[in-house]
Amino acid sequence: MMMADSGSIEGVAVIGNTDITSTEAENNLINTMVERGTTLLRKMEMNVTEAEKRTGKNTVNMQETYTVYLIETRPAETLPEGGTPATPDTLWRRYSEFELLRTYLLVTYPYIIIPPLPEKRAEFVWHKMSADNLDPDFVERRRVGLENFLLRVASHPVLSNDKIFFLFLTEEKEWREVVLETGFQDKFDSRLKSLSAMFRVKNPDKRFTALKLYSDELNSVISQLLRVRAKVADRLYGVYKVHGNYGRVFSEWSAIEKEMGDGLQSAGHHMDTYAASIDDILEEEEHYADQLKEYLFYTDAVRSVCRKHELMQYELEMVAQDLVQKKQQKEELVTGTVRVFSLKGMTSKLFGQESQEQRESRLAALEQSIREGEETLKEKNTECQEFVRTAWEDIERFKEQKDRDLREALISYAIMQISMCKKGIQVWSNAKECFNKM
Amino acid sequence: MSVGAPRVLASSGQKPITEILHPLSAAEDQLSGTVSVGGDKSTQEAGLTNGTPVETSSPASTSSLFNRLQLDDDLEADVRDPYAETTETRDLFVTVDDPKKHVSTMETYITYRVSTKTSRVEFDLPDYCLRRRYQDFDWLRIKLEDSQPTHLIPPLPEKFVMKGVVDRFSEEFVETRMKALDKFLKRVSDHPVLSFNPHLNTFLTAKDLNKRQGLALLTKVGESVKHAAGGYKLRARPAEFCAMGEYLDTFNQKLGTIDRIAQRILKEQSEYLTELREYGTVYSSWVGSEEELRRPLEGVSGSVTSCCGALEDLGEGMSQDFLPVLREYVLYVESMKNVLRKRDQSQAEYEGRLEAAIIRKQEDRTPMPVEVEKCQDKVECFNADLKADWERWQSNKRQDFKQLLTGMADKNVNHYEKCQAAWESLITLLQDKQTEDKTSESN
Repeated sequence: MMMADSGSIEGVAVIGNTDITSTEAENNLINTMVERGTTLLRKMEMNVTEAEKRTGKNTVNMQETYTVYLIETRPAETLPEGGTPATPDTLWRRYSEFELLRTYLLVTYPYIIIPPLPEKRAEFVWHKMSADNLDPDFVERRRVGLENFLLRVASHPVLSNDKIFFLFLTEEKEWREVVLETGFQDKFDSRLKSLSAMFRVKNPDKRFTALKLYSDELNSVISQLLRVRAKVADRLYGVYKVHGNYGRVFSEWSAIEKEMGDGLQSAGHHMDTYAASIDDILEEEEHYADQLKEYLFYTDAVRSVCRKHELMQYELEMVAQDLVQKKQQKEELVTGTVRVFSLKGMTSKLFGQESQEQRESRLAALEQSIREGEETLKEKNTECQEFVRTAWEDIERFKEQKDRDLREALISYAIMQISMCKKGIQVWSNAKECFNKM
Repeated sequence: MSVGAPRVLASSGQKPITEILHPLSAAEDQLSGTVSVGGDKSTQEAGLTNGTPVETSSPASTSSLFNRLQLDDDLEADVRDPYAETTETRDLFVTVDDPKKHVSTMETYITYRVSTKTSRVEFDLPDYCLRRRYQDFDWLRIKLEDSQPTHLIPPLPEKFVMKGVVDRFSEEFVETRMKALDKFLKRVSDHPVLSFNPHLNTFLTAKDLNKRQGLALLTKVGESVKHAAGGYKLRARPAEFCAMGEYLDTFNQKLGTIDRIAQRILKEQSEYLTELREYGTVYSSWVGSEEELRRPLEGVSGSVTSCCGALEDLGEGMSQDFLPVLREYVLYVESMKNVLRKRDQSQAEYEGRLEAAIIRKQEDRTPMPVEVEKCQDKVECFNADLKADWERWQSNKRQDFKQLLTGMADKNVNHYEKCQAAWESLITLLQDKQTEDKTSESN
């Protein structure tokens, strides 16, 4: 199904075969990620294959039901003819552990757009779809989403090399301890505090500003799209289901007819088939919605990177400002002029001049502070530049990925629509045949 | 004369005429009269009242047994399949089309062109073309009902429309009404008895109808007075007419259900359409913030818009072609029920009179009055006509619904074909772009 050229990084085109199913489309996406090849993916195959319900005591010692997902990994090697694949290593993880992993990655790689997790709670639900987290359809879609998340991370040039991620896939029990030992949670808390604070950057980076704007626009349009799509799905469901009533009335009517009876009866059955077909159609469309949702959540990750840069820029500006102030203070001290009002200056005026000794020690301290400040500024500058460099590398990579993936998604959506039309034609043609026999 | 319960005419079906006994032949006459059988296309004698026989090739239902007695014995039972195609024997073709609005100082109304092509001798010319308005069709229908009380007259579209609710001059309304009028006229002109009715002839040929509406009204009043005065109660309705009544009731019910379902579907589709339109615009608005995704997004938006158009067409088609025909059949069922009622009435009258006559005969040995015989005639003719019309109606109903439902299926198939084409063109578009990109990259 893939038209991937060897050697060139082209989009995965599934055009030409419009009978492809959503599972096949999903596999194509995964194949793309594998093809792009990171060291990790070359070594290891990974899947999230099952979901199971568990009950246990939670942190506040209360009984709860939760779902665990089975992660299977096995060495990626070509099998000899007729050879059986090696038994995979497996471990169980629950959603909260995935969340933990993601938070760790967020903190550890602030310049990377971290792939999002599938939604915690079902949103943009059309009325017949269950919003219950324990609903088997929801669990199934979540399983797919979690697998997608792992593959996204595993195919990322930077993230795939992370040790914690590797342990997540291989160490069931000790992993939690190890990740907490990294101390990322403290960093997370402090970051969170700073990020939620209001601050203004004096010289915002134009590129990041544009990116944040784009990210907000994308977020807004995808939200709108998902909302309207859910309404469309609702309405379409209604249209199909009402046709089921034809089935019943044709059946009743056929009972009082002689020659017309058979034709009516069989046509009625086709109407029932038509009405029932919408369930599968909409189920498949959820896959498209999930693809959109991934990018909706991605916009949060993009925004997060922009904000982190802003914070970094702000801190840099603060350090620079602080340094300027200190240098000014030193100058005042040296020249004895008070250019800027300072409380110390006032008090010394009011309560008498300080001694030469005091003055000299203050000067020394200030000079030390300035030296430290200059060091810090240099560090921060380098940090900032490095952040910008690595972030933009990842942003470019992300943009390409987004264009590819969304294009794919739109194409597969069109294919889904074609399939739906074909089904409709089939059913109505069958019904027509029956009517003709009346 | 038979004493006791009146003998109901057996359903003759396809039996040859000679095997059927004349109802009056029980004791006295051995006349090999005719009984109308099987509704079929055949020429029929004109001039019913004067009894003059005209060329006859086959029997047909008439309203007077007396007349039939004078007919040639060449009459044979027509045993042709009532459902067979009879286009070869059709010699009267009518069409209603070309609606036009007329504005006068008094009123505004629509007229329709009524075109006739015929080879019948009853018509002076082979072609006629004139304009008629709804009122004229109504006149014709009343005249037919009055002059052919034993026959089922096809229904007309609804006469009254609520001003302000329905626009009487909208294209849709006029189109729908015209189609129904066309159907009415075609049904009448295809009917072996009704098509020879002189009022139809007048309608199709006369410049001025000179409608004596007053007279029609009087006739109607007369009838109801007669019935009220009679007040006869029906003793035993023959099984087949009971069955017809039951069928009509159930059929009517089902028609109503189908109408409701069709309307509901239209409503749901309309609401779906509203959402779908908004859906398309969201894709359009997304285009603004993208570069690479421009084409696919525009394409999806375009395909969605095409689907909206196809859906609109489907809705229009269903509401213009499907629903009116369905409703017309409800009116048809009503007409049929009326005819059944009238039949019941005439049977009741006969039974009543017969009873009275029998009692009198027992008392003073007076012979059976002619009225009673006439009543019996009437009942038997009625039954025969009704059965023939019923068969014809059933056959037409089967054809009509076959056409209606296959039409509905066609419209839906059509709709999906349009949508499929819209989405497939998007795929092709994107495919072309991809080949474009590849070639440009390899250059």
